[in-house]
Amino acid sequence: MRPGTYFMQGNEACALGAVAAGCRFFAFYPITPAGEIAEKMSELLPKARGVYIQMEDEIAAIGSIIGASWTGRKTMTATSGPGFSLMQENIGYAVMTETPCVIVDVQRAGPSTGIVSAPMQGDVVQARHGSHGEYEIIALAPSSAQEMFDMTIRAFNLAEQYRTPVIVLADETVAHMREEVLIPEEGSFKIVNRKVPSSVEEASHAFLNASVAPMPVFGNGFSAHVTGSSHDEFGKRQASAPEAIDNIIRTIVAKIKPHTAEISEIEKVMLDDADTVLVAYGSCARTAEYVMKQARNKGARVGLLRLKGIWPFPEEAVGKALEPVRRVIVLENNLGQVFPEIERVTTGETKSAFLPPETLATMHRPDYVLQHVMEAA
Amino acid sequence: MSSVDSHPLAKYLRKGSRSHTHCSGCGNGIVAQSFLRAIDETGISMKNVVCVAGIGCSGWIPSPFFDVDTLHTTHGRPIAFATGVKLGKPDMEVVVFTGDGDCSAIGGNHLIHAARRNIGLKVICVNNMIYGMTGGEAAPTTPKGTKTTTTPFGSLERPFDLSKLVAAAGGSYVSRWTTYHVAALVASMKKVLTREGFSFIEVISQCPVHYGRRIGITDPVEMMRYFQKQSVPVEKARGLSEQELLGKFVIGEFVNTRVPELSQLYAELFEATSRESN
Repeated sequence: MRPGTYFMQGNEACALGAVAAGCRFFAFYPITPAGEIAEKMSELLPKARGVYIQMEDEIAAIGSIIGASWTGRKTMTATSGPGFSLMQENIGYAVMTETPCVIVDVQRAGPSTGIVSAPMQGDVVQARHGSHGEYEIIALAPSSAQEMFDMTIRAFNLAEQYRTPVIVLADETVAHMREEVLIPEEGSFKIVNRKVPSSVEEASHAFLNASVAPMPVFGNGFSAHVTGSSHDEFGKRQASAPEAIDNIIRTIVAKIKPHTAEISEIEKVMLDDADTVLVAYGSCARTAEYVMKQARNKGARVGLLRLKGIWPFPEEAVGKALEPVRRVIVLENNLGQVFPEIERVTTGETKSAFLPPETLATMHRPDYVLQHVMEAA
Repeated sequence: MSSVDSHPLAKYLRKGSRSHTHCSGCGNGIVAQSFLRAIDETGISMKNVVCVAGIGCSGWIPSPFFDVDTLHTTHGRPIAFATGVKLGKPDMEVVVFTGDGDCSAIGGNHLIHAARRNIGLKVICVNNMIYGMTGGEAAPTTPKGTKTTTTPFGSLERPFDLSKLVAAAGGSYVSRWTTYHVAALVASMKKVLTREGFSFIEVISQCPVHYGRRIGITDPVEMMRYFQKQSVPVEKARGLSEQELLGKFVIGEFVNTRVPELSQLYAELFEATSRESN
C-alpha cells in the first residue's frame, strides 16, 4: 500500500503493520472479531512471498508460527478469547525457547463463547499469566486504528529485540472501528531484526542470556537444540535439576523486567496540574480522553494516564506520575484486572477507585463517567 | 566410549550426548539406527534436515542425540510446529518423530490435516500401543481387552489403525513395519527421505516395560519374535477376512501416490501473484 492517509479499519491496519514490520508467515484459525486481520494477510502475504496458512485450530496456528520463527521468519497469529485460551501452552513454549513471534488477541466478551462482537478487556490477566509456570511477557494495548498499525510494528520489534513472544491486546472496538490511519514511508520507521550467530561457537551459547542470546535459526549448520524442557545455555536438556529451571525463570524475567520503562510506554495527557486522573488503555482510553476534555470544559482539573503497554506493568512510571494526584479513577471494561496494579503503586494521599461500564461488554457511557468525575472534583 | 565413537553412524550424533533415557530393550534404538542408516545410505546432509519431536518416549530419538537442528515441541503438536518449519524453509527435509499417543490422541487433528494438505513432512510414528513415559496408561492404539495401569479390567475401546487413518485422510505415502523388519524399515525411510509430499511411516515397536509386561512378554527379543509371528504382508492381508486379521500387524506400503506438495503450491502462488502485481 502506498504511503498516505487512509480511512481504515483497525484490523486492516494491524495486517498492514505486520507486513511493514517484515512478517512473512501468518497462521490463523477463523474467529470473530479477528477475521479481517486474516483476510488482509491472505491477500498481502503471497505478494510478499510470505505464507498465509489457515490451520486446523489455534493450537496449530501458534505451533506453526513458532516453527516458522525458527526458520528465521517474522511470524504472527491473530485470535480472540477462545483461541487465545487454546494458545496458552504454546505461548509458554515460545517464552521458554525464546522464540520471537507476535500474537494479536482481539478481545471480545467472555468467558467461553460469550458475545463474539462485543468489546471487553477480559483477557488482560490471562495475557500476563495464562500459560503455566513463572515467566514474564510483553503485552501492548492499542487504542486506535493508527495504533493497530504502529503497535503491531512495535510488537515485532520488541519480539525480535528480546527474543520473546509479544501480545497485542486489542479489543473489538479498536479492531472494528474505522478512522484515519497514516501509512508512513518505508524506511521512516524503526525495524528491529533478531541477532543471529556469526559462528558455530557463538551459536552454541544460544539460550539464557539476560542480554539476549543470538538465535541459531535452522538451516545454518548450527545443530540448534530447542526444547521446552528445562535446559541450559547450550539448549541441552536438564530435566531434573531445580537449579536449571531456577536459572531459566530468572533469566527470562531478567531479559525483560529491567527494560520495563522502554517496553511499556505510558502517555500522560494534561497531568501537570491534574487533581483527578483517569487511567485507561485500549478502547476505554478513548472514552477517558473525551471525558477528560468535557471535565476540563467544566473547570475540573482532570488528566489522563494511558497505558500503551500493560505488561510488564510500568510500575515506576505510573507510580511517579500518580504520586502528586489526589484521586485516580481506573476505567476498564472488566471487573478490575489492571486496577490492583494501580492500587499497588498509588500510595500516600492518592485515592484510587475503579469504574467499569454500567453494563460490561459495552463502551463506558461518557456522561456516566463524567458524573463520577465531577462528583468529587 | 571408543566403541561408541567408532560406530559408523557415530558421526551423526550430537557431541557430548551419549547417555540416553530409553529403557533397556526399548524399540527406539532400532528406530534411531534405522533412520541414521537411511540418512547415511541416501547421502543426505544432516545440515539440510530438521528433526521435530513431540513429547513422549519417541521424542527422545532425535532429541538431543542427532547432530541436527532439532525442535522438541509440546505434547501432541510436533506436526503443527513442523508445518511452520517446512513452509518457512521448503528446501529442508523436515522429519517428525512422534508416538501413537502424541500423534493420534492429543495430536490427531494435526496428523489428519497435515496428510490432507500433503505438506512435505516425513512423519515417523513409533507405535508401542501404550503411554510409556507416563507409566503405561491405555492409548488409542491399545488393543481391546488389554489390561494397563488405567484399564485394570481390560480396555473397553477399539484401537485406532493409524496407517488406515492417515491413508483415509489423504496421506500420499503410508507404510507400516515393526522393529523386527529393519531392512524394510530402512528402505522405506530412504524412500520418504527422497520423495516429496506427506509421508507417514508407522513403526510397531516394543515397550517391554509398560506394554510387554502387561501382555505377558517381558523379554524384548521375544516381543520382536511376536511381532514377526503376528505380521502379515499387506498383499497377503488383502485376501484375509477381518476375523483372520484380528491381532495381526498388517505390514507393507499402503499408499504411494504423487500429489502436489503444499510448499511447492505456495512457490507457484508466489510466482503467480508477483506476475500479477508486475
